[in-house]
Amino acid sequence: MISLAGRDIQHAWGKFVFTGVGLGLLIGVTLTMAGVYRGMVDDAKALLDNSGADLWVVQQGTLGPYAESSSLYDDLYRGILGMPGVTRAANVTYLTMQVRHGGQDIRAMVVGVVTGSPGQPGQPGYLVSGRRITRSHYEAVADMAAGFKLGDQIQIRRNLYAVVGLTRRMVSSSGDPMVFIPLKDAQEAQFLKDNDAIVQQRRRTAANPLFNRPGVPGLMNAVIASQSTNPYVNAVLVQINPDLSPEEVAEPIRRWKRLQVYTRRQMEEILVGKLIATSAKQIGMFLVILAIVSAAIVAFIIFTLTLGKIREIAVLKLIGTRNRTIAWMILQQSLALGMIGFVVGKIAATIWAPFFPKYVLLVPQDAVSGFMVLMVICVLASLLAIRTALKVDPAEAIGG
Amino acid sequence: MKPLSMNRRTLALLAVLVPLAALFVYVALRSGPLTPIPVTVTVIENRSITPALFGIGTIEARYTYKIGPTVAGRVKRVDVQVGDRVRAGQLLGEMDPVDFDDRIASIGAALKRSEAAALTVKAQVQEALARKTYADAQARRYELLLNTHLVSEEMAGARQQERDMADAGVSAARAGLDAANQSSASLRADRESLMTQRANLRLIAPVDGLVTNRAADPGTTMVAGQSVVEMIDPTSLWINARFDQLRVSGLRTELPVHIVLRSLGGRELGGRVFRVEPQADAITEETLAKVVFDAIPEPLPPIGELTEVTVAMPAMPAAMIVPNASLQRVDGKMGVWLIQNNTLHFAPVKVGATDLDGQVQIMGGIQAGERVVVYSRRALTARSRIEVVERLEGVSP
Repeated sequence: MISLAGRDIQHAWGKFVFTGVGLGLLIGVTLTMAGVYRGMVDDAKALLDNSGADLWVVQQGTLGPYAESSSLYDDLYRGILGMPGVTRAANVTYLTMQVRHGGQDIRAMVVGVVTGSPGQPGQPGYLVSGRRITRSHYEAVADMAAGFKLGDQIQIRRNLYAVVGLTRRMVSSSGDPMVFIPLKDAQEAQFLKDNDAIVQQRRRTAANPLFNRPGVPGLMNAVIASQSTNPYVNAVLVQINPDLSPEEVAEPIRRWKRLQVYTRRQMEEILVGKLIATSAKQIGMFLVILAIVSAAIVAFIIFTLTLGKIREIAVLKLIGTRNRTIAWMILQQSLALGMIGFVVGKIAATIWAPFFPKYVLLVPQDAVSGFMVLMVICVLASLLAIRTALKVDPAEAIGG
Repeated sequence: MKPLSMNRRTLALLAVLVPLAALFVYVALRSGPLTPIPVTVTVIENRSITPALFGIGTIEARYTYKIGPTVAGRVKRVDVQVGDRVRAGQLLGEMDPVDFDDRIASIGAALKRSEAAALTVKAQVQEALARKTYADAQARRYELLLNTHLVSEEMAGARQQERDMADAGVSAARAGLDAANQSSASLRADRESLMTQRANLRLIAPVDGLVTNRAADPGTTMVAGQSVVEMIDPTSLWINARFDQLRVSGLRTELPVHIVLRSLGGRELGGRVFRVEPQADAITEETLAKVVFDAIPEPLPPIGELTEVTVAMPAMPAAMIVPNASLQRVDGKMGVWLIQNNTLHFAPVKVGATDLDGQVQIMGGIQAGERVVVYSRRALTARSRIEVVERLEGVSP
């Protein structure tokens, strides 16, 4: 049996394929947009995964440390370590700031982690190059996205750090690459002002007669020393005994330590539901419009393709072809166009996704459901075209 | 003719569609969850490592001298400037003596008067002595005359009495001389006390050293205990180093140390651990130690300069070594991913010493010669498909 659709496609295959490619690029954009949305959510989850924590202990009454600023004394972790069910607890600081490298600023999330032994909460789980931090000061492990290389010197506030290791997909919820440095350095970076500000602060203190009394030698030095310390961290990351539920461990800390404790599920709600909610909805809205526009364009293309063949269809009718055959031909063509479009779109999205500045996550489920929706749209669009084709008067074949 | 042209068209169509389909299959397999995770591996070695301990410190002087007045007063002069080298005993400055000199002069005058008075009394003693000598002679002569009955007993008695009176006169005059001498001694002691106090207002360098601070200038009023000049003994420079308590095991005295001063950029100086402080910093959770230079650098580095110290520990006996990048925590257990027959297998391990290059000793749980995952493109699970590569994509060598 000769496939009418096949013959027709062969007849003008160039036009057909290029229409399919054009359609495919549009579908590629739609898939990418879905990928951008997934990427945003994944960035937020990557942040939680990377911390390696089961519980986040933060300042009471805050949504800390990612969605809101939170500040805890850095010796609180000792008390938390003593709570039942807690196996490991480590201080951590997060600060999004500019990191200087070779004369230019790179926006990064600087994470201060306890570096003593590998596997402490807060440390990157796996590396792609280099090694973990072994010195207690002035070493950094950076994410590949920051563009640093092993051995690079980067400047965070007043100190230079050597990049000793690289990670992948260690990003903040807004997609900034993470730079891990030892906790003590990070506390200093977070607190210490630039040199000018420090000098001015000293001068201000010296000018205050309360702090600079002639009869009390050493008072001013004591005051300045107390002004230049930072005993604060942003959160304590806690790993718990796997036999217990997070809530079982979290509740006594909330109750007796008077601190806010979030479990992984709550943290995800905060990040996805609050921190990136608006921008995610923005992207989602755009995705919906793009999907509708794509559907409309697919429908129009198939409809115009059919209209372009109206004379041929009239001839077919004239020679007594059955309606079913004609309808099947149009449907087949429509589905074939959809398939070419999908294939091209999927390829295009995969090729250009890595070039986006932020992470684009192409989920296979999205591709599958996108394919289903596309097929449905193709069928619906061909129905319209079939209706027009069947209404064609065979006389048009000779008249027209 | 027609089938041929049709064939050509079919071929052309296939020429477009087949590569497209092939590309699609490739893309689907290389970019989804089906993709194998690229990993790099290393073979576990059995060798020894030389751990090292990294810390930071500040340069401090072991001996700092704060020189100032012991009583409140005003600074009269300061003879030295910051940076001056001074010798032991050198005058650094002086406090204003106010009326000290006048009081010393007054007591000096009183002393002179008292000494003159003593001279008068001394003359009186001599006079009394002369009188006594004459009275003695008279009394003796009258006694002889009385024995030969040439004079009356009464006259001899009168000479006797004159001698006794002359004796008393001598005693009185001697007592007067003692009193006058005591009074002079007292005044002399008073004057010496004032002069000592006066000397105490002079600020003297206790040792050879370097002036590091000139805290007050002439005219400044100081309370007791405030320092006017601070100086250090430059031969006593050492480094107050701080080490993270998590890594500090094995730190002890006499270990060799590489010192890098911030100002000297990369140049390493030699030193050794002089003392590990018995008291650690409980707030910063750091262990403190003092590190001394093998040779004090010239010119002297500024006190308070930041330094990096690397303590070389003795080499550890040979043991299994893995890079610290391969250590991961899975389900609360520390371990490494072993590759056995191209499948992943998580082996919990016990971690020992580590060196600064990131090599970690493993105390069991794995065998030397086994292959462990070092770097991976994604987090691994026991069911991950892996592909062993030389180097991960996008990472420069």
